[in-house]
Amino acid sequence: MNHDPFKWGRPNDATYGAYNHHIAQATPYAYEEQHASSTSTTTSSFPKMNTQNPIITGTSVISLKFKDGVILAADNLGSYGSLARFTNIERLIRVGKETIVGISGDISDLQQIERILEELETTQEVYDNFDGGDDLKAPHVHEYLSRVMYNRRSNMNPLWNAIVVGGFDKDGKTPFLKYVDLLGVTYGSSTIATGFGAHLAVPLLRQLIPEDKDYVNITEEQARECILNAMTVLFYRDARSLDKFSLVTVKNDGEFKFEKELRCEGQRWKFAKDIRGYGSAQQ
Amino acid sequence: MFRNNYDNDSVTYSPTGRLFQVEYALEAIKQGSAAVGIVSSTHVALVALKRNAEELGSYQKKIIKIDDHMGIALAGLAPDARVLSNFLRKQAMTSKMIYNKPISTQSAVLSIADKAQENTQSYGSRPYGVGLLVGGYDESTDSCHLYEFQPSGSVLEYYGAAIGARSQAARTYLERNLDTIRGSEAHLSQEELIVHALNALRDTLAQDVELTYKNTSVSIVGKNTPFALYDDENVQQWIDKLDAVSNSRNRSNGDDDDDDEDDNDDNKDDAVKTETGATADAGESAADSAVGANIQTDAGQEDRMETE
Amino acid sequence: MNSTVASEYSSEVHSTPIEHRFNPYSDNGGTVLGIAGEDFAVLAGDTRQVVGYSINSRYEPKIFNVGDDIVMTANGFAADGAALIDKFKNQLKWYKFDHNGKKLSIKSAARYIQHLLYGKRFFPYYVSTLIAGLDEEGKGAVYSYDPVGSYEKEQCRAGGAAASLIMPFLDNQVNFKNQYVPGTDGKEKRPLRYLSLDEVLQLVKDAFSSATERHIQVGDGLEIFIVTKEGVRVEYYPLKRD
Repeated sequence: MNHDPFKWGRPNDATYGAYNHHIAQATPYAYEEQHASSTSTTTSSFPKMNTQNPIITGTSVISLKFKDGVILAADNLGSYGSLARFTNIERLIRVGKETIVGISGDISDLQQIERILEELETTQEVYDNFDGGDDLKAPHVHEYLSRVMYNRRSNMNPLWNAIVVGGFDKDGKTPFLKYVDLLGVTYGSSTIATGFGAHLAVPLLRQLIPEDKDYVNITEEQARECILNAMTVLFYRDARSLDKFSLVTVKNDGEFKFEKELRCEGQRWKFAKDIRGYGSAQQ
Repeated sequence: MFRNNYDNDSVTYSPTGRLFQVEYALEAIKQGSAAVGIVSSTHVALVALKRNAEELGSYQKKIIKIDDHMGIALAGLAPDARVLSNFLRKQAMTSKMIYNKPISTQSAVLSIADKAQENTQSYGSRPYGVGLLVGGYDESTDSCHLYEFQPSGSVLEYYGAAIGARSQAARTYLERNLDTIRGSEAHLSQEELIVHALNALRDTLAQDVELTYKNTSVSIVGKNTPFALYDDENVQQWIDKLDAVSNSRNRSNGDDDDDDEDDNDDNKDDAVKTETGATADAGESAADSAVGANIQTDAGQEDRMETE
Repeated sequence: MNSTVASEYSSEVHSTPIEHRFNPYSDNGGTVLGIAGEDFAVLAGDTRQVVGYSINSRYEPKIFNVGDDIVMTANGFAADGAALIDKFKNQLKWYKFDHNGKKLSIKSAARYIQHLLYGKRFFPYYVSTLIAGLDEEGKGAVYSYDPVGSYEKEQCRAGGAAASLIMPFLDNQVNFKNQYVPGTDGKEKRPLRYLSLDEVLQLVKDAFSSATERHIQVGDGLEIFIVTKEGVRVEYYPLKRD
């Protein structure tokens, strides 16, 4: 028996080796003091680390262009690891009149970005848009977010997110859809999904819009149906997803439709009763 | 001789609420050769009269490109203008870099106005000695703007503006032709806009001076027109479009109605000088008397004698 | 301090700490290719952007006309590539302000890009950079770089994911490596000559369609920038999308 209370309840050194305090710089104060006289140093050999893992996370954002606008959807779940911790997280953020920003990844970083965008909007309104008509447009929001994300990654202190920006080009007519992530990597496409959706939803979305330029043939109804279906499929197979989500439709006639608390409709779970150990089936 | 006690720094008010250093800075603009700007619904033209310090020397740069959609014309201390134009260029580039958006003319000019204002409020600093005409095309609102920047930090928007020596004559021209330039049915071409600007500039000329390709700078910017600057040989094409190259009051056939006013121009300037208590380009004695006058009216109670 | 971690499967002791930290880089695939001709230069690249096995976009251009008839690409980690090109474009603008609108020669552009890359020697831009244009004599020029700024003027260069597939092909077809005059029993090398623009475009298309067959990160579209004394023009050809 080791009588040092500090060692109680910890993995046995004999079995696992001494705990490596370099990892995550987890050195406790008491441990420092105890070993202050020892020759080895307990300070980390790593450079200063700002970066963490994402803690509370949001899963995919999925999005499509159609002939007169864009659609974005994201569910309302905030996961703590595998625990479905929060079920009322809003991950679609409106910026200015006609721009929508969808964010996946760390929720606290999402809230930081929310504040950054709010400041951007205020600055634009107060210092730039004197006579009106000079509103924030999606390309400006995207460029700005790209700079923020790339600068943060270059300081080794990333915002742990993948972001989709939807809206319209400077002409106010052409649909705009672009992505930026924690590394500052950006790209544009007619079909964009983040996280798990990049694997599971993008093929479904690209079935509707095989070539980027084809979005001009897609109606709002087609796009909406495709997105709703993709959200349901994601709920089936993404263990970090929820069947409650928000959906935003922006159209170049000025319509901005923000729908909240939508449900994945038409779920089919009949197969479930045949799965052993699922539900109340007795086998 | 009396000395002004309230112009030793730019932060101290005179008892009548004036900042002499700032007012002197405004005078520095009047020392510079003239610059004229006009704006139509689609374009801004900036033109300026260049001076060379001596026959063998080069002409001072009067118009500076800021970005593809913006330029400035200056009157006053050229080095100050260079510093300000570099700052504007940085602002323009930053806007493109982080917002993917050309900077609007108004936010550009306010950014330097804020710099100028700071100088009127911090001890030990000198206000900028230069006035600028800032012309630009705003993509986002599809409009053209012309602003006058002053060292005091004040900024005003104009349809037509002129700064620098004898610029009152140019303003008079612009006022008289406002309807043709800016009237509801006026849709001036770039060329007509430049010709009007040069006509206005021409009226600021001294007696024996003419507009030549050497002493004139022309620039234009606007919708689908990236900022273009014409200097030296390239200016001749514009000068050729004028009916005359000398000041109207000095032409024998002269427009009679101009005469009385133009003759007064210099006096007018003097009047302004006295009022603001600046040294201008007058001889030392004249300057002294002007300043003296100010002391007597503004701060007469001080009655302090010069120490020397 | 000994940091030891024994796995549950062996008693093997690791003396290095397990590194678990943010990796600021990623590989976005794609490949690029530059060839200089007698009075022209081309710079070509596919338009696919990937991460891992996912295709981010089928059309995300990575070659840019940066001004002064210079075309540039920085292939590898897309965020660094975009940052490098933006930085160069800005510096070119300042150069023009400072030098009264003078045209920047490709030789000076090349040296300047070396400084941009070496300036981040200890946190490099993870890209292979190529620029193409005409030199002061009007001849085609291609410059290529490693990630930290070492550079060279070359007749041709492939960069990016499929560089190792394309480069040997170019050695053979542009610089006539391993080609001999028929009937000389491999003793006389085939003499070098400049290729025509049509020949070069055909080479580029062949190089990319072949790379598309053999490399999963290459495909979707081919964008070719052509620099001649008339200026810069762009051509686009579809590639296989599988």
